[in-house]
Amino acid sequence: MAKTFTIDGKTIPFETGQTIIEAATAAGVYIPHLCHHPDYTPHGSCKLCSVKVNGRVCSACTFPAGEGQEVINNSKDLNDDRQKITQMLFVEGNHLCPGCEKSGNCQLQAVAYHLNMLDNHYQHFYPKRALDASHPDVLIDHNRCIFCTLCVRASQQQDGKDVFAISGRGINKRLIANAQSGLLKDTDLEATDAAAHICPTGAILIKRTGYQIPIGERIYDHKDIDQVSLAASGLIPITTLAPSLAVGTEQTQDGE
Amino acid sequence: MANKIRIATTSLAGCFGCHMSFLDLDERLLQLAEVVEFDRSPITDIEHCTNCDIGLIEGGVCNSENVHVLREFRKNCKILVAVGACAINGGLPALRNFIPLEECLAESYLDGIGVENPQIPSDPELPLLLDKVRPIHEVVKIDYFLPGCPPSADVFWKFLTDFLEGREPSLPYEWVHYD
Repeated sequence: MAKTFTIDGKTIPFETGQTIIEAATAAGVYIPHLCHHPDYTPHGSCKLCSVKVNGRVCSACTFPAGEGQEVINNSKDLNDDRQKITQMLFVEGNHLCPGCEKSGNCQLQAVAYHLNMLDNHYQHFYPKRALDASHPDVLIDHNRCIFCTLCVRASQQQDGKDVFAISGRGINKRLIANAQSGLLKDTDLEATDAAAHICPTGAILIKRTGYQIPIGERIYDHKDIDQVSLAASGLIPITTLAPSLAVGTEQTQDGE
Repeated sequence: MANKIRIATTSLAGCFGCHMSFLDLDERLLQLAEVVEFDRSPITDIEHCTNCDIGLIEGGVCNSENVHVLREFRKNCKILVAVGACAINGGLPALRNFIPLEECLAESYLDGIGVENPQIPSDPELPLLLDKVRPIHEVVKIDYFLPGCPPSADVFWKFLTDFLEGREPSLPYEWVHYD
């Protein structure tokens, strides 16, 4: 007998060592997330994947699946909390979508759409953050960084480099580049690196590619991130998704 | 129809793009006119709100006049709706939030290329600028939000028809976008 637990009453099989989100994804159940990526070690920082395990709130990306667990995922309470978390991410940075070339392919925006977030609710910080356009092929717009550390992990675990890190705490937290000058051009980052493509928001962008796919034809313009996320795991045929997805496969790999 | 729904609209720190999008209702405006009457709005040129059912606010708040207008709308409208990206998060005008106000004014009126007779405008009739451009929910209570830059005419139509027919307004997935 395979070991199982339940998510919202649905029986989910799992193997020892799997996290809740891994088992859920394999069974075709979407749990909202931003900092989770199946290829990298979990970070557990964005808290969007918070689920209730036997009544207690846990991060599904870090919590191990266990025999007989009763997991609540798609409840009003949890989705309300997730919306508040997403609103806080929006007001803590400067996420002005109309002027962002990632709009429509942005997972932060897509999660907000998924949660039917219509406003930012909280008072905006409007923090003053810089732009690093020093690298010939890659741009960092710190206004849009949500500190998910996906670029940090991709650089270390996939590219075999160590280009990025998060420095400082609280309101002073920031993404830094591993160079004496602090500038991206002085790191060994290349445009072909996974770390240059993994950003779920528009914080790390490949230059001169921003509008190859027009606004309105992008991944999340027509498809909810729950479908896109599961499709990227091979559970929904990719042909059922927006035509732009075929062109934007790079974007799909980005996130999922 | 005896009692028409009264709607007021305004553009604060916005570009009137949301109003233009509203006008994209085209022929549907005639249908709307059968059940709706416009109060204060750029469409009517009425200068002050009287009692209204719905106030549609485009744009964020960038100066003292915006604050007065917004408060007048809140006082007179049963339901206040933030329309578009700028009303919801400050939008494009909020890009000045990262530059000190003094530097903004100096660049525009003192040091900028082609400026003649440089002086900071200070006529008492001019509304004072706020230090930052703010979304309207930070100033008054907002009841509904229609995101988009701009929200499409369909979004306005869906919201208003839901409202007129007594349904809780809701938008399908593809009509909720922030760009």
